[in-house]
Amino acid sequence: MSVKLDVLTQFEQVAKEQKRTLAPLSDDLVLLDSGLDSLCLAIIVARLEDALGFDPFAAEDADFPVTLGDFVRLYEDAAHAAP
Amino acid sequence: MPPTPPPDVPSLWSALAAAGRLFDRVLAGAHARVTLGDLLGGSSLGGRLEALRGRSVLLATGDQLTAALALIELDGVAGRLVLCPPDLPAAQLPFVVATAEVQACVTDRPAPEAGVPGVDVVAGCSPLLAPADAERRGGHPTEWILLTSGTTGQPKMVVHTLASLAGAITSGTPAEPAVWSTFYDIRRYGGLQILLRALLGGGSMVLSSAQESTGDFLMRAGAHGVTHISGTPSHWRRALMSPAARRIAPRYVRLSGEIADQAILDHLRAAYPDARIAHAFASTEAGVAFDVGDGLAGFPASLIAPRGGGMELKVEEGSLRIRSARTAARYLGGPVEGLADRDGFVDTGDMVELRGDRYYFVGRRGGIINVGGLKVHPEEVEAVINGHPRVRMSLVRTRKNPITGALVVADVVLQAAATAANGHAAELEREIIGLCRDALPRHKVPTAIRFVSALPVAATGKLVRHDA
Repeated sequence: MSVKLDVLTQFEQVAKEQKRTLAPLSDDLVLLDSGLDSLCLAIIVARLEDALGFDPFAAEDADFPVTLGDFVRLYEDAAHAAP
Repeated sequence: MPPTPPPDVPSLWSALAAAGRLFDRVLAGAHARVTLGDLLGGSSLGGRLEALRGRSVLLATGDQLTAALALIELDGVAGRLVLCPPDLPAAQLPFVVATAEVQACVTDRPAPEAGVPGVDVVAGCSPLLAPADAERRGGHPTEWILLTSGTTGQPKMVVHTLASLAGAITSGTPAEPAVWSTFYDIRRYGGLQILLRALLGGGSMVLSSAQESTGDFLMRAGAHGVTHISGTPSHWRRALMSPAARRIAPRYVRLSGEIADQAILDHLRAAYPDARIAHAFASTEAGVAFDVGDGLAGFPASLIAPRGGGMELKVEEGSLRIRSARTAARYLGGPVEGLADRDGFVDTGDMVELRGDRYYFVGRRGGIINVGGLKVHPEEVEAVINGHPRVRMSLVRTRKNPITGALVVADVVLQAAATAANGHAAELEREIIGLCRDALPRHKVPTAIRFVSALPVAATGKLVRHDA
């Protein structure tokens, strides 16, 4: 499964669990407009760390993602960097 | 009968000397037993009592029976009794010795290991009683020093007297003699309370042992016909996992030291349908505040109102505060903060919440998990999880998170009959999280559950928490 698919699956799964209405997912979707709040995003990051084995936010120079595209890229870059 | 010490200094010894049936009353350890009648006619200290008169004495026995015997002999003779818990790290001993100005040590260890650096007088203590060497003279009001395990660094040394320790105890000889026991070590406040109840209330006592399994202890307690028994909720959850829980038939079951949630109260009610089940609020610093005997978690809000009995409660900034004659006098060596505020109230650090006409304990002030600025007490989440019929106990922890700082996760131990294997885990996790969603705000609901076979319980009988 691609990293992007992992990310999108978690967005949908967590939105469902947390009873949130998720905006249509696209690369330029601003995360703050996605229908998910900080708690949902926090859970997504934790689940992705369990699934992928890394947390790109742990890097000190990580830019905070603004759009869903930024978010996915953060994970894809970290996946490439991972051994 | 032994001579009675001067009446101006009441002591454990003088209280026992005035009581009856002493040869029917027993202190039973894991390896030996001593009747109070034999003790009052002899000495566990090998005739060294006078060498300890007026001194600051470190009670550093391995065994609880020898500790109990020495306590009875030394109260009213020693100037100060420092109760050394069995798990005190050796590295902290010099601090304890210096702070309490220890001059003598009582030990049951063999000579090569018996010494404590900087302490010249060492007295052995044994359940094999020696004849008392002289007529016992009392006359020294004794300070009792209890150590509380500080979360970091050195222990806090809390100063009590026999009067402050025994303030909540009704003395006398009951119609039906009580056989007390506790999962606690008697060198801790919760255990010492039970020893004093047995000694001052006309009863006997079965002492636990760190070397003994929960099952073996319960069987021994059952063989001695234990009628009154106490422990922390964690002690009790572990005890109920043992088939030997059926070997005791107590009339009185007491919980203290941690929050008693509704699930453990219900489990104990089911296991011991004829027992009076009470959860007590007490701490080393604040003393015994109150008992709740209605079988419900929390306590009635009416307890907060001013009332008699020399004990006052108030809630300030969310935490329970206590003023009574049973609170400790001070900290020895005066660490950073004082023990009580200017008005004499001790802040327990236990956070309470008013729901309807009842206060509920929600956790410790220091143990809060901060989820994006919203506070979560692990204990309030555990209380919900423990309400699931297949859960035995749980530990709610923090998991670091880059978005909210922290998330709530839970480690869960299932009932003996339940198992998380074979795909049941996912279903159980859904059920437990669903239970939490129904009862708690979103940020308090665990984001993940890990099924574990056991949770670490410290020597204090409390769940080990690393977040605090």
